[in-house]
Amino acid sequence: MDHGPAVKLGVDHAAKRKTRLGIWMFVLYLIVYAVFVAIGVANYEAMSNIVFLELNLAVTYGFGLIVLAIILGLIYNWRCTRIENEMNKED
Amino acid sequence: MIYGVSYLAIALFVLFVLIVLGLSFYFGSKTKSASGYYAAGGTIHWAVNGIAFAGDYLSAASFLGICGMIAFVGYDGFLYSIGYLAGWVVALFLVAEPMKRLGKYTFTDALDSKFNSKAIQLTAAISTLIVSIFYLIPQMVGAGTLVEPLLGLDHWVGVVIVGAVVIFIVATAGMTSTTYVQFIKGGLLIIFSTLLTIYILNNGLDLNPDHKNQEYIQPMTLTDNDMQGFTQVSTVEAKEASFVKMEKEGIYRWFSVNGDKYEEALTVTKTADGGRLFNGEAKEEGKFYQVGTLDKIIQDGKEVESTGKVGPVEFLSVINSSDMARYIKVLFDDGDNKVTAYMKTVTPGKEMLIPGLKFKIGKGATPLSKLNFISLMLALFLGTASLPHILIRYYTVPSQRDARKSTIVAIAAIGFFYVLTMFMGLGAASNGVLNMEDGNMSAPLMAKAFGVGLFAIISAIAFATILGTVSGLIVASSGAIAHDLVDRYMGKQLSDKAKVRAGKIAAACVGVVAIVLGIIFKGMNVSFLVGWAFAVAASANLPAILMLLFWKKTTAKGIAASIIVGIISAIGIIMTGPSISKQFFRSEGLHGLDSPAIISFTLALLTLVVVSLLTQKDNANKKA
Repeated sequence: MDHGPAVKLGVDHAAKRKTRLGIWMFVLYLIVYAVFVAIGVANYEAMSNIVFLELNLAVTYGFGLIVLAIILGLIYNWRCTRIENEMNKED
Repeated sequence: MIYGVSYLAIALFVLFVLIVLGLSFYFGSKTKSASGYYAAGGTIHWAVNGIAFAGDYLSAASFLGICGMIAFVGYDGFLYSIGYLAGWVVALFLVAEPMKRLGKYTFTDALDSKFNSKAIQLTAAISTLIVSIFYLIPQMVGAGTLVEPLLGLDHWVGVVIVGAVVIFIVATAGMTSTTYVQFIKGGLLIIFSTLLTIYILNNGLDLNPDHKNQEYIQPMTLTDNDMQGFTQVSTVEAKEASFVKMEKEGIYRWFSVNGDKYEEALTVTKTADGGRLFNGEAKEEGKFYQVGTLDKIIQDGKEVESTGKVGPVEFLSVINSSDMARYIKVLFDDGDNKVTAYMKTVTPGKEMLIPGLKFKIGKGATPLSKLNFISLMLALFLGTASLPHILIRYYTVPSQRDARKSTIVAIAAIGFFYVLTMFMGLGAASNGVLNMEDGNMSAPLMAKAFGVGLFAIISAIAFATILGTVSGLIVASSGAIAHDLVDRYMGKQLSDKAKVRAGKIAAACVGVVAIVLGIIFKGMNVSFLVGWAFAVAASANLPAILMLLFWKKTTAKGIAASIIVGIISAIGIIMTGPSISKQFFRSEGLHGLDSPAIISFTLALLTLVVVSLLTQKDNANKKA
């Protein structure tokens, strides 16, 4: 039996541009995440420095990674929607 | 510790189960096709799917495991929150839309979409089964953990109840009922975790955390001048500390020596005749107290007894400048008796809010312990986007745009919840509610201190959490068996109806396996166990997914080989590592690496590249 999508999908002319955008955003987040892990391994005591309001670097960075994921997600969706609207007009 | 039965909790739990069963009957009567059973017909709204993602993902590991780990070892538990959430970035930016484009019912469909290869069908199905079973173990352990305080039943009974209910849910209606169970549970979990956090902040921090429903019992401190009727019997030098056995009215208790003071330890003594004593008495006597408080509170530079109501930033800031009384596990022998003692240790709050209490990356770190840390963070980052039960949720929405949007809803909901874990975990650590025998119960026990009603709701939701996640895992596993193995690999050409029936039978079989494993693995931290599932998933599946999407030279043999190497290396490292060895063989293991991803992921990736380069002829033949 065939094993295509569960529902019929139209041609997505925007797929390439969205993929490129996704890779860039992934790399950006990966760098921020890797720096967090690197600080933990190389100089974990720096994590206890108070850096924002009354919060230390570990808490600020940890919460920051969560918030950053949400913000990047929203930006990605906004950009992808625009690209789709622009490139899939004919469909 | 021993728990009292909460009838309100039982009533809420039963109500929830009845609603779930009702939903299953309702959707079951509508689910006739394979598409409906495995992918909810691809008709789920993106917002519902997003919350269902959260319901699927926020498993026992997140609610019970992470909160428990934060309560016991502070920030190291929160690392799981960070890693689990970061994994969704990989899912959103790299995997969500292509998965939707390529697959039909299962993860194997997507991997095999370009090749129609028997090798991929077999290996990807096996990988789905193994990853799902690794993920099922902690859920079932969590179920057993919850049932003790909720229903006053043994651990194994909880495992059997969850197994039976889930088999019923999945076997009646498949993905549609599973989706709505996850949606309801995901929403409730986030709402009531927020409420619990508000309670914690309103309650503030107190040196003597008595609660309306629960008086805090301070462990005793003796001195040579004030022995409170105890007489010294013997001393034991354990690796970490000295302990003195004291006797009073025929009952023996253990105290750790701290300068000129003797501080009461919590102990579980396994006697030579197989009995167990809790602080020298039978379990029913209730002498195995709940613990975990602040030892000194500093607020605005001043030492205080109590902070009163605090905001979220102030809560963390006060903990950062205060001291926490934690209890550290120490094992020693007392003649023929084996003693597990939990000894009071004062830890600066500052250390609770940075990594290092569990993962040795600072004081006492070795290159291996640092490698373990990096490997875990890698597994968490890469694992999410390779979990089959998460990936199949992309098939339940109508379009790629919906797949993307539902992922963003999931990231927002899950991210918000993970921020709350910090407050729930530290709240439990400082409110005298910890059961040292079982860290997984920290968040529900925190709720219990604020009232039986809240405890009942939180426990029922925690139970529902497990139902939701286990349902998703069993749908994924049954798809792997019935659709990937029986229908496609073995070429049985099942009719639509037969495929649904095969899926239901497979669901029942996987459910039974999950029940057995849940009983065997009792007592291990559920989040720690899930870390392994992530490592196996990241190693077995992610190299295949990413290279299929982004490297044109990928071949079917390369994918199959990489899956096999990923599975074998990840499981091999786990099985010969320290945790499994300690749990089952009381030995240190063949090596010190607990988290295998850094090696197994790399090996799988290299295998894929090498084998694909060696089998380029296959792709050329296919094109011709």
